[in-house]
Amino acid sequence: MSGPILELKNVSASYEKVEAVRNVSLQLDRGSIVTVIGANGAGKTTLLNAIMGVKSASGSLRFKDEDIAALEIEARVGAGLCLVPEKRELFSTMSVEDNLRLGAYRLGGGAVAEGLQQVFRRFPRLLERRAQVAGTLSGGERQMLAMGRALMSKPALLMLDEPSLGLAPRIVKDIFQIIVELRQAGVSILLVEQNARAALHVADYAYVMELGEVTMHGRASDLAADPRIIESYLGLGGRHDT
Amino acid sequence: MNSTIALFLLQDGVINGAIYALLGVTLVLIFAVTRVIFVPQGEFAAWGALTLASLESGATPGTALLLVVLGVSAAVVETIRERASMRPARLGVMAVRDVAMPIALLLIVSTIAPTKPALWLSVLLTLALVVPLGPLVYRLAFQPIADATVLTLFIAAIGVHFAMIGLGLIFFGAEGFRNEPFIAGVFPLGPLMFKGQSLVILAATAALLAALWFFFEHSMLGKALRATAINRLGARLVGIPTRATGRIAFALAAAIGALSGTLIGSLTTISYDSGFIISLKGFVAAIAAGLASYPVTVVAAIGVGVLESFAAFFASAYKEVIVFSLIIPLLIWRSLVTAHHDEEEE
Ligand SMILES: Nc1ncnc2c1ncn2[C@@H]1O[C@H](COP(=O)(O)OP(=O)(O)OP(=O)(O)O)[C@@H](O)[C@H]1O
Ligand SMILES: [Mg+2]
Repeated sequence: MSGPILELKNVSASYEKVEAVRNVSLQLDRGSIVTVIGANGAGKTTLLNAIMGVKSASGSLRFKDEDIAALEIEARVGAGLCLVPEKRELFSTMSVEDNLRLGAYRLGGGAVAEGLQQVFRRFPRLLERRAQVAGTLSGGERQMLAMGRALMSKPALLMLDEPSLGLAPRIVKDIFQIIVELRQAGVSILLVEQNARAALHVADYAYVMELGEVTMHGRASDLAADPRIIESYLGLGGRHDT
Repeated sequence: MNSTIALFLLQDGVINGAIYALLGVTLVLIFAVTRVIFVPQGEFAAWGALTLASLESGATPGTALLLVVLGVSAAVVETIRERASMRPARLGVMAVRDVAMPIALLLIVSTIAPTKPALWLSVLLTLALVVPLGPLVYRLAFQPIADATVLTLFIAAIGVHFAMIGLGLIFFGAEGFRNEPFIAGVFPLGPLMFKGQSLVILAATAALLAALWFFFEHSMLGKALRATAINRLGARLVGIPTRATGRIAFALAAAIGALSGTLIGSLTTISYDSGFIISLKGFVAAIAAGLASYPVTVVAAIGVGVLESFAAFFASAYKEVIVFSLIIPLLIWRSLVTAHHDEEEE
């Protein structure tokens, strides 16, 4: 089992007249972290939605060497793809524990106990709050729950849309720590982030999107040292983030 | 009025209330999963009672043919509607599930019916015939507009109500029927005399409500149905086949409706258009609960039953008027309560 786990060729997606993603080609090797960075409105969320099947798209989409372009969301989840969406989409009036249990829906009841144990080990806060209703969690806790729910399905490829959105710097650090640990556990990760510095730090490979197109890509460490990237995406972050 | 009469009215009210509770709870359930206010829920009860009555008289019930008609219609309509994305596998599934199985069922039922099958077998056959009608109604009427507003879905539900009444008339005729009780005879309990059938109704209602509670609170599928109602996209992202959840909800609704029908069939005469009034009373209870709470629906439904039975004693001509007039104060009360919530949220 080698070669890319995910391969996009000339993927485009549009909202009525606006073409939000244009001819994007992207590759993600098994067990690696790939990040997509770009300004607001560059099309990153649309790209993830197209890969997940939430948004219809044209072009070639291959996952685990199979064409998934025609599959429904449910079938892509079944194949081991999982998205933590920008808006999290939690089951707000259900308990934390029920949200997590449902995360394992595709695996069936047998996978619940072990999955819960692992998620609670990773996010002890969720264990404290297991009976609380998801809608009343704090922003950070909600983010942990969204990631926890995704992990319950034991995905082969986890796609994270701005996992650090609105979180305190310390929690951001925890989240990135968890991303690195997940890779060590064999999960491939596609990471979309505003926090370009941290994203490039943990990623193996990176793509830069502007106005729906990929304008640059390369090893994350190379991009982190590229003057154009430093000026456009890391400049401000350098003063505030670390 | 002395206490014996009062107790008798109370008993009567509670038993009718139990049936209203089943229908009201089903309305809440369907609304939660699909956002459809399913006015025609009572039609499933009428079809259940009429199917059982046909089987008891040794005739092939109209539902057997109706199932074939709706099955074929659903298959044809979906094939045309989704011709662009239709695959051989789906066509195969539809050919078996929507065409072959209903025809097989029709053949089986028309062989068994003349032998006047035992009661338990008749009830099973009734369920086998009525339950698949639920998902078929959903696929034909609601699935294509699943994302429409609550109001649009409600208007569609009223259309479905008239369609189902019409189909009922065609397939069962205008005649009313009464079923055999499950348990004949009367049992004394203190000062009260209980009809065997009343005890069956109370026990069956309690068992069904407990089963529903367990299903939604403790089974993965039940939670998946609730999750779909809360956040459809979230549900799809964890792999719940949300298209199927509407059908499952309607299958449950048809099952509960058909069972309630077989239960009340021996207490009152049922004809093709009897379902509406019965389910409207469940509807009053569901409204009292804001279409949201199962326990409140049950309590309110029993209240409706008791009110109705006392109203029938004191002013029998006005009993329906009294019960349905309840809706107005209930709606005012609900709107006050809801307005209050909105203020809190701001
Ligand atoms: N549902 C929609 N209807 C119409 N236009 C949309 C819709 N969703 C997104 N767009 C537009 O598509 C473009 C790309 O949006 P997208 O959400 O993919 O950007 P993004 O890179 O994720 O931005 P951000 O970093 O702010 O999350 C934007 O111009 C946006 O306005
Ligand atoms: Mg975005």
